[in-house]
Amino acid sequence: MTPNPYLFIVVFAGVAITFPLLPLALAWCWRRFFQPPKPGAEKNAIYECGVESIGDAHVQFRSQYYLYAIIFLIFDVEAIFLVPFAVAFTSLPLGAFVAVLVFLLLLIEGLVWAWGKGCLEWDVKASNR
Amino acid sequence: MSEIDEKLRSELQKQGIFVVKMQDLYNWGRKNSIWPLQFGLACCAIEMIATAASRYDIARFGGEVFRPSPRQADLMIVAGTVTKKMAPQIVRLYNQMPDPKYVISMGACAISGGPFKQGYNVLKGIDRYIPVDVYIPGCPPRPEALLHAFMELQRKIDGQKLSGADKAEFLKPEQPSEFPVPEFGEHDLNPPANPRTYHPPVVEKQ
Repeated sequence: MTPNPYLFIVVFAGVAITFPLLPLALAWCWRRFFQPPKPGAEKNAIYECGVESIGDAHVQFRSQYYLYAIIFLIFDVEAIFLVPFAVAFTSLPLGAFVAVLVFLLLLIEGLVWAWGKGCLEWDVKASNR
Repeated sequence: MSEIDEKLRSELQKQGIFVVKMQDLYNWGRKNSIWPLQFGLACCAIEMIATAASRYDIARFGGEVFRPSPRQADLMIVAGTVTKKMAPQIVRLYNQMPDPKYVISMGACAISGGPFKQGYNVLKGIDRYIPVDVYIPGCPPRPEALLHAFMELQRKIDGQKLSGADKAEFLKPEQPSEFPVPEFGEHDLNPPANPRTYHPPVVEKQ
């Protein structure tokens, strides 16, 4: 009789769970029976390059990073479209040329809009929008 | 637990069956995969890099995995001049390494300050703050010397015991894993040495 086709998934799942858990369990047993734990303030410190950390690791990043990244990403993708456009430029019909031009104008319009909104201002308080 | 008979062991070995103690297996495993902490301080570091590169190839001894984090390192190779500005960072890195951890003091500077011993800003030996397992003299030591120190360390690891009264230091609960980090004082580091680990040689006059 053929085994249940789902049996393989069960076997795979069993191996996938056992394989990482076994060394973890062995390490735990080793620590339990041989190695005395020696925690300490230095040893458990978050930063690990020899220098004492200053302040907390949980800080808020400025939203400007996000806005800059988004705007950069749009023009990064645009550059990818521009390369084949430039390569095939001489053999393009007028319609394709106009289509790419509209695409470019849309993006530039978006940039102008973002600029007008103050997305390119680094210091929010100075522009006060 | 009774010891296995030496003759029986060799007889089994001929048949391809190896009987070892847990301790031997453990030491065999860890002595052949010593991961050093990746940092260099001065010109000795160049020799350390040469040791890790293809010509001398520390990978033959299982020590090629230089780790950038102390959390993953077993061995600290203090390669070069330790300035007093750098000493607290080194002790802190040593503290952050998990047990068992070992230290190789590489070169004259790391041992005693070397040619810069008279310098106001140079630590006169890293063993003032952390326990050192192997010292390599030289200015700088050749890569062969570092390999020799590595093999000496492997020999030391091989001889460490897991249980009993003479078991390895790192297995004793009372043995500290962290050592006090010196602070910058007005003229010198404060304290100038850790009295628990540093025992200066006593000169006896006849």
